[in-house]
Amino acid sequence: MSSPAVLSAGARTTPHYVEDPIRAAVVLTMFWGIAAFLVGVIIAAQLVWPQLSFDSPYLTFGRLRPLHTSAAIFAFGGTALIGTAFHVVQRTCRARLFGGEPLAWFILLGYQFFIVMAATGYLLGITQSKEYAEPEWFVDLWLTIVWVAYLLAYLGTVLKREEPHIYVANWFYLAFIVTIAMLHIVNNLALPVSITGTKSYGAWSGVQDAMIQWWYGHNAVGFFLTAAFLGMMYYYIPKAANRPVYSYRLSIVHFWSLVFMYIWAGPHHLHYTSLPDWAQTLGMVFSVMLWMPSWGGMINGLMTLSGAWDKLRTDPGLRFSVTAVGFYGMATFEGPVMSIKAVNSLSHYTDWTIGHVHSGALGWVAFIVFGTLYYMVPKLWNRPGMWSTRLMGWHYWISTIGIVLYITAMWVSGIMQGLMWRAYDELGFLQYSFVETVAAMQPFYAIRLLGGLFFLTGGLLMAYNMWRTIRGEATLAARPRPALAA
Amino acid sequence: MTLQSLGEFLGSLWTVWALIVFAGIAFWAWRPRNKKRFEKDAQIPLKDDDR
Repeated sequence: MSSPAVLSAGARTTPHYVEDPIRAAVVLTMFWGIAAFLVGVIIAAQLVWPQLSFDSPYLTFGRLRPLHTSAAIFAFGGTALIGTAFHVVQRTCRARLFGGEPLAWFILLGYQFFIVMAATGYLLGITQSKEYAEPEWFVDLWLTIVWVAYLLAYLGTVLKREEPHIYVANWFYLAFIVTIAMLHIVNNLALPVSITGTKSYGAWSGVQDAMIQWWYGHNAVGFFLTAAFLGMMYYYIPKAANRPVYSYRLSIVHFWSLVFMYIWAGPHHLHYTSLPDWAQTLGMVFSVMLWMPSWGGMINGLMTLSGAWDKLRTDPGLRFSVTAVGFYGMATFEGPVMSIKAVNSLSHYTDWTIGHVHSGALGWVAFIVFGTLYYMVPKLWNRPGMWSTRLMGWHYWISTIGIVLYITAMWVSGIMQGLMWRAYDELGFLQYSFVETVAAMQPFYAIRLLGGLFFLTGGLLMAYNMWRTIRGEATLAARPRPALAA
Repeated sequence: MTLQSLGEFLGSLWTVWALIVFAGIAFWAWRPRNKKRFEKDAQIPLKDDDR
């Protein structure tokens, strides 16, 4: 294993990469992760014991829930994406980040300011009440500025690259940045009531408003939570496994088929609503078709490990990434099934949806981020490895058990809820009142809370391990991590 | 048929155009002649010095 000094004295001349903002992004990602998991645990507990809102308007489920979703998606996921995008684009283009440190700091810190403005707004009741697009007009405008800067830095780096070919991970990151810009602007078009007030009225109304909201909402899933993290997969799994991606040609087809199809899948959020029937069917058909590229991508990610499966035993970081790809396959199988109208008539508005979202958010997004961070931290701080490989293993198992508890509880609870809603007695009356379905779900809410606690505990173990590693203490394990020595 | 109605007719076939573009991309990706270059491109992340 080379020491840092030997590494930097290597014969290869690498451009002087921007690094400090990436280090900051790694630490901030961990911070927001803990925050998101913690708020998730709190609202899960509120669903078991509603009195935990303490009759305070600031602590109601309605305000804490967007705080949780935004902390998980935008703060934890978004900060991870900004940091890794900078890390990946410089290395695969072999060029210093366009705009250098000042632009990178502006993007990272500007994005943090967006998060803090959005989060405090939710607690104070400032929201435009669009799911995953809750921030009001002034916050949206600020994010637009930051996002354009992000696009500039990324595109500028790609344009001045030394490497002739644009590596596929960059296509995924770029599609994410461009599409999110488009979605964000169109869905948030609004007229503020006054220039000094927080309230605004959206430009869209009625069924168009609903359709644009879910065009936005599902493509946030498609391009933020899927495409961008696939960019992460296509760089960090080959790096950690020290093998090229299984099929580069498949990755090209994976990319373009996702781009061509995802954008049409939104209407499946509006089955059996006033949205025209043809649009619902269109959304369903495209959602089902998405199964193919998703599984193509999953196979590509998993097969990258072929011939290197033994690394899963010694490198829990890689184990996280590979399990993430497994969850990606599972969630992208479940999603198309749930988009079929007949299934959706049972699953929609129930906890099944919540379970599905979390197999994607915890299993895919969070796990691929964990795997990536475990790879990045020793690299960025010039350490031989994480402080404790054993602790990484504990993190892996405790989080995996947490996810399994979470999603199985939600499957049972959601399907039961859907069946109770549609149960009729022999006279044609609804068999159960709404509150009876809520009471029936309580045990499963408790299991979900337990799963969330497991996941949070795993996150805390990781934060501790990361802190010890960054502080530069000698690694606990006597055995070096062979995967990284290559 | 006016030019405008022709344009509208062609526009209504957008799914067909999108499909043709996609088929072109798939052909380009799997064309045997491009096999070598994509194998080389797949090596891009592994070429740097791991920093």
